[in-house]
Amino acid sequence: MIEEKVIIAKDLTRTFGKFTAVDHISFDVKRGEIFGFLGANGAGKTTAIKMLTGILSSSSGQATVAGFDINKDRNRLKENIGYMSQKFSLYEDLTLKENIKFYGGIYGLNNAEIAKKTGEIVERLDLQEIENTLIAEIPLGWKQKIAFSVAIVHNPKIVFLDEPTSGVDPITRRQFWNLIYEAAENGITVFVTTHYMDEAEYCDRISMMVEGRIEALGSLQELLTKYEATSMDEVFIKLAR
Amino acid sequence: MKPLLIAMPIIQLAILSYTADFTVRNINIFVQDQDHSVLSQKLINKISASDNFILNGVSASYDEGFDKIQKNKIDVILSIPEHFNRDFNSGRHTSLFIAADAINSNKAGISINYLQNIIKDFSSEQAAKKGMIEIRSGIEVVKRNWYNPALNYKFFMVPGIMVLLVTMIALFLSGMNIVREKEIGTIEQLNVTPIKKYQFIIGKLLPFLIIGIFEFTIGLAVALWWFKVPMLGSITLLYLFTFVYLILILGIGMFISTITETQQQALFIAWFFSVIFILMSGLFTPIESMPVWAQKLTLFNPIRYYVEVIRLVMLKGSSFISIKLNFAIITFAALLVNMLAILNYRKTA
Repeated sequence: MIEEKVIIAKDLTRTFGKFTAVDHISFDVKRGEIFGFLGANGAGKTTAIKMLTGILSSSSGQATVAGFDINKDRNRLKENIGYMSQKFSLYEDLTLKENIKFYGGIYGLNNAEIAKKTGEIVERLDLQEIENTLIAEIPLGWKQKIAFSVAIVHNPKIVFLDEPTSGVDPITRRQFWNLIYEAAENGITVFVTTHYMDEAEYCDRISMMVEGRIEALGSLQELLTKYEATSMDEVFIKLAR
Repeated sequence: MKPLLIAMPIIQLAILSYTADFTVRNINIFVQDQDHSVLSQKLINKISASDNFILNGVSASYDEGFDKIQKNKIDVILSIPEHFNRDFNSGRHTSLFIAADAINSNKAGISINYLQNIIKDFSSEQAAKKGMIEIRSGIEVVKRNWYNPALNYKFFMVPGIMVLLVTMIALFLSGMNIVREKEIGTIEQLNVTPIKKYQFIIGKLLPFLIIGIFEFTIGLAVALWWFKVPMLGSITLLYLFTFVYLILILGIGMFISTITETQQQALFIAWFFSVIFILMSGLFTPIESMPVWAQKLTLFNPIRYYVEVIRLVMLKGSSFISIKLNFAIITFAALLVNMLAILNYRKTA
């Protein structure tokens, strides 16, 4: 079976004035893969994600996501991706159910599908008691799990996660990663940025961005061997220096 | 933001000190001259030479004057009867009739006062010229306050305040809205969804439109039942205009929301414009009393058109025909501003 590539980026570049935030990055991501997109703060991860999700134009280079050109076919691209950022994506003054209904509606789910999805999410995350509670009143760790479930409410081909676990405790992070594995098993490709190096070790493949360029790309084992390191922390420090 | 901080006090001082002026000037007067005599012509000349009055038509027809006052073109009608010249010269009793548009009771009182003084002066001058030793009766003046005979100032203010209420609520709610989503980050989430721009803007407009209409209804109920403001025109017409007007104001708010990054900035801009719009709307001070350049500026002020319409419809019973220009301007502006807001709301940077 030929491996399907759901993201193909070729020399993707974005400049802001004289500053090059993303500098000719090329990579591809296979279907069902968990792709770790790593880098220090300010390395250009968020800029890259914004281009791949169609909310920022690229300055040069090409990329297709889920088969759609990131500059030319934005609407169809957006129908096929999910997105969750570190900034909050749920409406705090709506309840869990209302948030699901709202986002489901935007993605064109009908009422029966929304009801089915709501049931699934509530059951999977064990949220029976708070399904009618305002998001504002729910603890952060739960909110992030809910945000992830909402981001994939429409079964996208790819979900982009921008620092999804910043600010939560290790147990919740662990649970969050279980959700990510579950999504990947269901065929959803996961594109995740993080600055927790231990989380990088959960990814199938890792790319490391330094000053706008991809300096390293491969599986955990490949990177460890190549950089003669025992952990991603070491790889990171060697590259970022 | 920074240029606005410097420009705001200058602009507000410059514009508002000239426009927020309670002095009554430029009173538009129509003279119904049924005498066509030397004396009536002299009186008309004297009135048009006065600083306070602008002569807006002379004719023998009363209907013409009535039509003009009904359409807000003039403030006062002076009616000179037949045989005015003959009766005055022979020392007989003469009387002039003044009717003022008393919707703004303050302005009407002052206008009538000015006019009475002119007539009194005129009467003594003419009597002196004729060498009349004694002015027996002079010229009697009969006054009428139209549309608001009791000179109830609330009839003038309450409809205007309703305009204020609707405008402020719509402007601030919509102005704070998109920018709030920028602050909390949900806008980014919406931008990665396939939602269309027009769907987004309609979704933002609709709830506030309903709130605006609801607020207007409360205002109208209080005006009618508590302040006993008359409702001579069609309520449906008023609602229709309010609907279009709300779309315009919400569009302005939306536009502000798209060009700002924080609620603070949006609030600042919304506040800046609403102060200017309100004080230049004719709500408190008559537009006709403003300097000509300021009067021209009011043509870009949406509140001005609504204040005019609400007073015309409620107090004068004006029909669609009389307010069609205001309707056209507000409709056009609403389309334009909302189009700008949609164009300016960028899902992609």
